Amino acid sequence: MKSLIIKIFICGLMASISLPATLAQNGSAPSETLIQHATVLTITRGTLQDSDVLIRDGKIAAVGKNLKAGANARIIDATNKYVMPGIVDCHSHSMLDAINEGSLSVTSMVRTHDALNPNDVDLYRQLAGGVTTLNLLHGSANAIGGLNTVVKIKFGRPVEEFIFPGAPPGIKFALGENPKRSNFNPQTGQPRRYPATRMGVEEVIRDAFTRARDYQKAWEDYRAAVGRGEKNLVAPRRNLQLEPLVEVLEGKRFVHAHCYRADEILMLINIANEFGFKVRTFQHTLEGYKVAKEIAQHGAGASIFADNWAYKIEAYDAIPYNAAIMTRAGVVVSMNSDSDERARRLNIEAAKAMHYGDLTEEEALKLVTWNPALQLGIQNRVGSIEVGKDADLAIWNGHPLSVYSRVDTTFIDGDIFFDRQQDLARRAEFLKERAQLEQAEPNRPPPEGSSPQAPRRRRPTSDDDDLLKGGVDQP
Amino acid sequence: MKNAGVGSINRMAGDVFLVIFKIVKSHFRLLAPLLFSSAALAQQIGNPTSQLGVTPPRGVYAIRNAHIVPVAGPEIENGTLVIRDGKIEAVGANVGVPDGAQAIDARGLWVYPGMIDAATSMGLVEVGQGASGTVDTSEVGELNPNSKAIIAINPHSAHIAVTRVDGVTSAVTLPLGGLISGQAAIINLVGTTPQEMAVVPYAALVINYPRAGGAGGGGGFFVEQQETNLSETVAAANRQLDQIRKLLRDAEAYGRAHDAYAKDKTIPRPDQNVVLEALLPYVRGERPVLLRADRETDLRGAIKFADEMKLKAVIVGGNDAWKIAGLLKEKNVPVVLTGILDLPASEDDFYDVLYENASRLQQAGVRFCISAGDNGANVRNLPLYAGMAAAFGLPKAEALKAVTLYPAQIMNVADRLGSIEPGKIANVVVTDGDLLEARTHIRHLFIDGRAVPLTSRHTDLYDAFKNRK
Repeated sequence: MKSLIIKIFICGLMASISLPATLAQNGSAPSETLIQHATVLTITRGTLQDSDVLIRDGKIAAVGKNLKAGANARIIDATNKYVMPGIVDCHSHSMLDAINEGSLSVTSMVRTHDALNPNDVDLYRQLAGGVTTLNLLHGSANAIGGLNTVVKIKFGRPVEEFIFPGAPPGIKFALGENPKRSNFNPQTGQPRRYPATRMGVEEVIRDAFTRARDYQKAWEDYRAAVGRGEKNLVAPRRNLQLEPLVEVLEGKRFVHAHCYRADEILMLINIANEFGFKVRTFQHTLEGYKVAKEIAQHGAGASIFADNWAYKIEAYDAIPYNAAIMTRAGVVVSMNSDSDERARRLNIEAAKAMHYGDLTEEEALKLVTWNPALQLGIQNRVGSIEVGKDADLAIWNGHPLSVYSRVDTTFIDGDIFFDRQQDLARRAEFLKERAQLEQAEPNRPPPEGSSPQAPRRRRPTSDDDDLLKGGVDQP
Repeated sequence: MKNAGVGSINRMAGDVFLVIFKIVKSHFRLLAPLLFSSAALAQQIGNPTSQLGVTPPRGVYAIRNAHIVPVAGPEIENGTLVIRDGKIEAVGANVGVPDGAQAIDARGLWVYPGMIDAATSMGLVEVGQGASGTVDTSEVGELNPNSKAIIAINPHSAHIAVTRVDGVTSAVTLPLGGLISGQAAIINLVGTTPQEMAVVPYAALVINYPRAGGAGGGGGFFVEQQETNLSETVAAANRQLDQIRKLLRDAEAYGRAHDAYAKDKTIPRPDQNVVLEALLPYVRGERPVLLRADRETDLRGAIKFADEMKLKAVIVGGNDAWKIAGLLKEKNVPVVLTGILDLPASEDDFYDVLYENASRLQQAGVRFCISAGDNGANVRNLPLYAGMAAAFGLPKAEALKAVTLYPAQIMNVADRLGSIEPGKIANVVVTDGDLLEARTHIRHLFIDGRAVPLTSRHTDLYDAFKNRK
């Protein structure tokens, strides 16, 4: 009896998890979708009033007025609604079962790819905020962290389908308080990890690239010798830590560097120049506005918070005008979440850049679409509404830069992954199922002794351990 | 050793200053322009009006030709608002500009009452992590009713100007620690001293309602959930509630003893006790008691406890309030919602469960208001919390009330704050659009009838760096 109920419980769980899959299957039948009479925020080609978007085989097939679709097409009347490209979040830790391999100061051998959890419910909540692409980064516990993964939020699909096809690979670096562990006490019996100062952070990065350059040279010498036809050669031993750094040196892997203070930003620019690589994005970049010129000269992008500040000392000079100053200095700027919570409303984070520093509407929208796509090297597929691009977009019930707006439908590759009406329609059924499960024996609390494990989060909701919400209790 | 080092640097700086002073004294005319320009430069970062909280004077102001949203009544087109002696003197379409008033042409602009956040720790926290010296939220021990926020509010905190220039003009500042955290203050976000800021210095008692398997209510950062013994954790929470109950009962007895002595000096004089004394207005139901709780079981427990102790209860937190809307309505317990933008607690909660919380309470007739639930730095985002509630069912006019009039009513200061009405404190925000929209700009700001400059640590840094070439 008990095992039967447990089976029912498990089936119930499976059913819950597969909800959006069902949703997507229901929605994925037609190969064509025609969204009509919308205000289309193309991002790169202006705002089109009363226009249509035709989606065919997962791509944007046409944008314009009075478009025609095939007989089996799904037709969506979007009168008084807005269509915007799917939001790209350039700093996320969603769906990662592990974020920080912080035991060493250089962990370029670890991959976020190996810790993906496609059932993370926060993914669905982000779809409901119009987000479609995430840059899943390793945490900031060490100067050189692990490798990133760029995904599309194909919630309900097998994990392989999440991987963004052809997205250039990247790696996380981190500077300042987190890699020097200023705010973290080592566990009892554990020694402090090197480095403990910004001097040490610089040295760790310099040392790693010095070793990577030697390693690169060893392989070059070996290949040259092979090319010359030399015999009895022994290949250098593969080094999984240094390989990604060689890729950085060769421009094949993007560096996404967590940073706060102006001095540490300059420090990394100097190292990068010395070793001949480019920093692709500075992440957080709270004091980027102080050295916007230098960031622009280096050619790095900046992926930032809209207005987060004062949660620790190195965040005390953060200002919400950061986006405006850097944008005007020629830096490609994006607004990221670094938080499962904030990721649900990046549209409003973008709107703040109009409030602080008067960016235009188009510039503000770019902060969460085109610019992060550029930063991730995926702008040929997402980030704007243009013919031939992936049909990753959302229909909003009002202007997405308005606080009063919400998402009606989110598409990825032309399939629906969130639809508010379908979500609402299924609620009664879910509540019924939940009530049944709560009645099931394994879920009832025993009269005494151990309580059943409540479903729990597998990881913190925000972070990267740099957003501890101030380390004080919140009201 | 370290201190000695700092001291010697200071002494050196002092010597340098002395030398400069001597030069200045002998060459004043020559050096004056240089001196003044460098003083002006120094003010960019340390601008006393924005950073240090030097209180601007009150004046007589007339805001003309404005679209006025009084919140308490219908909107007024082409209206005039007169501010005098810190108060709103008159408002309406046919109000004239008094003699001597400083007139502000607000054509095309909107006028709103300043927003109020009813659950912050404004002024008690400067930098939350890595600077514990700047954190004054939580006293040692569980029962600290005599711990008063108004004592420790730093009027010169950068958070204050940063918050007010975005239209939040008043805040309720809560201590947070232990079971009984202390007393909250209602402050205007302008003033050189806590007393100048205070609207009500001892406004409410803060109780963290004991929660099975955790500390008090409210947010807080994720803590790995331990496998726990349910009956034990429930018993522990009950023991904590007993601690609170006992102290409140003691305070009642203390009050009775002093009342009796006041009438009859022949009985032995009861000792004075600062802890119990502090509780008297609360056990007598004269001032609100803020019970911090989020989960349904805790909310039900808190309401039952308030009933038992005859407290004038206000729930702070209230993430599950929608589940007990009927009970809240029946008991007339208002809720300060601090979790509109929290992630839903359970994986199977609907994605918009907390976005919709306010709308459900409003439909059920429960008294509520909206707070950012933040200790200081992010309180300026208050309008966006209300906006999200409006995106999910709360009528726009209600969303506006939820950050103006409703918090004033819930905190018993609606006679002074929360709307644009003659006689109220002149906390007025002039904008170029809808107050709750992120895109809107604030054009003029009045707090306590004072024209407050739209500068802050953030605008200072912006001005200092925006033109760096």
